[in-house]
Amino acid sequence: MEKEKSKTIMDKIWDMFASVKFAVVNFALIALTSIVGTVVEQQVEPEKNIKLLMKMFGIEYDAAQSLLGVLDKMRFTDMYHSWWFLAILLLFAANLIICSIDRLPRVLKLVREKARPLSIEHLEKMSVKKVFSQKDKASHMKELAVSSLNRLGFKPFESSGGQGTQLYAEKGNFTRLGVYITHLSILLILAGAVIGIFFGYNAVLNLPEGEVSSFAYKDRDTQIPLGFDLRCDNFEVEYYPGTDMPKAYKSWLTVIKNGKEVMKKSIVVNDPLTYEGITFYQSSYGAVPNGMGNGILLLNVVSDNGKSQQIKTKIGESFAIPGTSVTGHIVDFSPALSFDQTGKAFTYAGQMTNPAVYIEFFESGKMKYSGWLLKRYPQTWSLPDGNRVEFLDYWGVEYTGMQVRKDPGVFIVYLGCILMAIGLYMTFFMSHKRIWVNISEEKGSVKVLIGASANRNRAAFEQKIEKLAGMLNAGQKGEK
Amino acid sequence: MNSSTFFGLSTVAYILAMVTYITYLAFRKARIGIVATVLTVTGFVSQTLALGMRWKEFSDVGQMGFLRAVPLTNLYESLIFFVWCLILAYLIMEFKYKNRSFGAFITPIAAIALAFIDISGMSKNIQPLVPALQSNWLLVHVMMSFFSYAMFAVSFSTGLMYLIVRTEKRSEPAYIFWTVMLSVFVITLSAMGLDYFTFKVAIKSQEELIKSYLFKASFLSSSAFVAASSWAIGVAFFFFIWRFGGALKKMVVSFNISHEMLDEITYKSIAIGFPIFTLGGLIFGAIWADQAWGKYWTWDPKETWSLITWFFYAFYLHSRLIRGWKGKKVAIVAVLGFMAVIFTYLGVNLLLSGLHSYGSQ
Repeated sequence: MEKEKSKTIMDKIWDMFASVKFAVVNFALIALTSIVGTVVEQQVEPEKNIKLLMKMFGIEYDAAQSLLGVLDKMRFTDMYHSWWFLAILLLFAANLIICSIDRLPRVLKLVREKARPLSIEHLEKMSVKKVFSQKDKASHMKELAVSSLNRLGFKPFESSGGQGTQLYAEKGNFTRLGVYITHLSILLILAGAVIGIFFGYNAVLNLPEGEVSSFAYKDRDTQIPLGFDLRCDNFEVEYYPGTDMPKAYKSWLTVIKNGKEVMKKSIVVNDPLTYEGITFYQSSYGAVPNGMGNGILLLNVVSDNGKSQQIKTKIGESFAIPGTSVTGHIVDFSPALSFDQTGKAFTYAGQMTNPAVYIEFFESGKMKYSGWLLKRYPQTWSLPDGNRVEFLDYWGVEYTGMQVRKDPGVFIVYLGCILMAIGLYMTFFMSHKRIWVNISEEKGSVKVLIGASANRNRAAFEQKIEKLAGMLNAGQKGEK
Repeated sequence: MNSSTFFGLSTVAYILAMVTYITYLAFRKARIGIVATVLTVTGFVSQTLALGMRWKEFSDVGQMGFLRAVPLTNLYESLIFFVWCLILAYLIMEFKYKNRSFGAFITPIAAIALAFIDISGMSKNIQPLVPALQSNWLLVHVMMSFFSYAMFAVSFSTGLMYLIVRTEKRSEPAYIFWTVMLSVFVITLSAMGLDYFTFKVAIKSQEELIKSYLFKASFLSSSAFVAASSWAIGVAFFFFIWRFGGALKKMVVSFNISHEMLDEITYKSIAIGFPIFTLGGLIFGAIWADQAWGKYWTWDPKETWSLITWFFYAFYLHSRLIRGWKGKKVAIVAVLGFMAVIFTYLGVNLLLSGLHSYGSQ
């Protein structure tokens, strides 16, 4: 009574933060505000949201604009980074910490507390219990019970008293901590996220083939030094056969530190490169502006007598087919070539989706043959005279788009994830189980009383107890 | 013979099973019950076969590793897998609790989901994977997510049954809640069915469906008369359910399922679904996003709605600990949780945009 009276304001605040009700209010707050954040588009130009609001509420442009102004003031247009959303998350974290601290001593006591022998009266009141009598000797029944308990994975202790012999065992007392491990894991994830915000960054780097950069870019004008150089050696897009759907895009990268090549790796989406804590993710690609005509053409020229030679050339230049007097003159290039109904060639995209070169072939000053050679269609590589020009690459005209990330907190986030998996498993799929088997002799027969408790998944545990009783009974029958 | 033959077979089997389970409830003849079980198992086996074949077809088209060719990359495939999980969970439940009455509640969800595929006219074509989806995480992330969705679907139906059984008065909030839920469900599905039968077109994209067809035969009809009478019918239907909910209660009570058992199944399925959702949906999803985009959490609508769903079920699990919250109140939370699941799964893809746009095909 006295304790109740002496509750200070601090105690009251503590109790509030420790209560499940407060947790539930937090869940609701985070969930409800997040819903608004998924409807109002985040971090976009105002026009998009104005259109959305006009559609949603059927209002005029001006009304929508002023409504968006209000939402903007309340930071709903970038709410996941707003001070008040962070405040809610902070309250949530405080709630987790305080409610765990509040309950932990009691739970730790339950974990540490060893199972003790119980009185018959106590056992008979347990929710899971079995009673039966057998014609047997108590000592034999005890041995049978010990071996049966062992088979179920329990290591029983023994105590003898006025009410016979009692075997008691417990398993999984530590699983009571599962909830707290889960709570801790959430805190770890939040902590990792905070570390990432303060000590990490997300940036982009668009690197043309052949070029080197020692910076990544956060916005248009914020340069972030990498501390080393990164070179894009090559970039390729692989397409699903017969379509313009990319199957994979791949960049060959080289890391250069102090003038030395220290690492080479090709990256694709889902397989990034990490060097000195900075990770490069393949995310996009595109054509270098105004660079389409200036690339290097990589051809493999095979003459009809089997001689082959790889050559590098440019648009507008000429090359010879080895072992013959045939020369090729590269006249035109298209990044994405297609043919219309009349068979006329045209370019359908600015991206290098279907690159092609137009080559005129001459023999002793006379033009013999001309046509388009497509990189993705090897059937266009064979010439009528038996020679072959393989279109390997058009290099130096595309850039690879990469996300650049440094996040020293991600390790802690992963740790939190692992911990959460462990905590959830302990909480939902394991339980603290206790069994008592009391064996007493009564007029030439033994009376067996089994009592048991589990803090979770009781139905499954009851089946185990059923099995135990069956084992003790079956052993008896076998001897008859 | 290809996968769609077996998918068709399983759809027919589930619809027949639904009819048989309901007949079984009405007549309570053991033989009818056995027929219903056999039908469900037949549907399940052919659906399993179909999933395997689709997987093989997919890996042939995509020319990628077998493990990466999980047929779970668009709305059609994911709905099919959801139904598969649901039926699996139900069959386990029927076996474990030796009670067939749930069949009458679970098989309609399966049949409705499969019917929704045809009603919405979503694309059944196999599409090769975009580079971002080519990851071993696809298998675990999507499979575990849908398995947990199926568990949540079970908790939804048992939670709703619990509310039906445990409410007495028509003025009771819990009574009004379940009648609203049930009527909104039925009305929405009927309206979509009406769209399908009115327009009878194969819709090319989800966007087109929303913009041009959804509810255009009823609530959003260009004819004011049709629209107004649709709303009137909707309200009348709700009133009907509300007025005669007692009859439904009598029916559910006659199934011989105690409300304790309903509460337990609701809890159990959430207790299984929640950790699997957390691990497979949120954690594996975050790890995958981290590897693909370099950001483990971007607050995109799908992620945010998954988190909202997670909070709903965390709320459910914690609210059971509050004194006086057992029973009806937690059942309401379980039902609302599944609303969040549906929105995470369908609503985000249909109505909001974001990185998880695979469903928009």
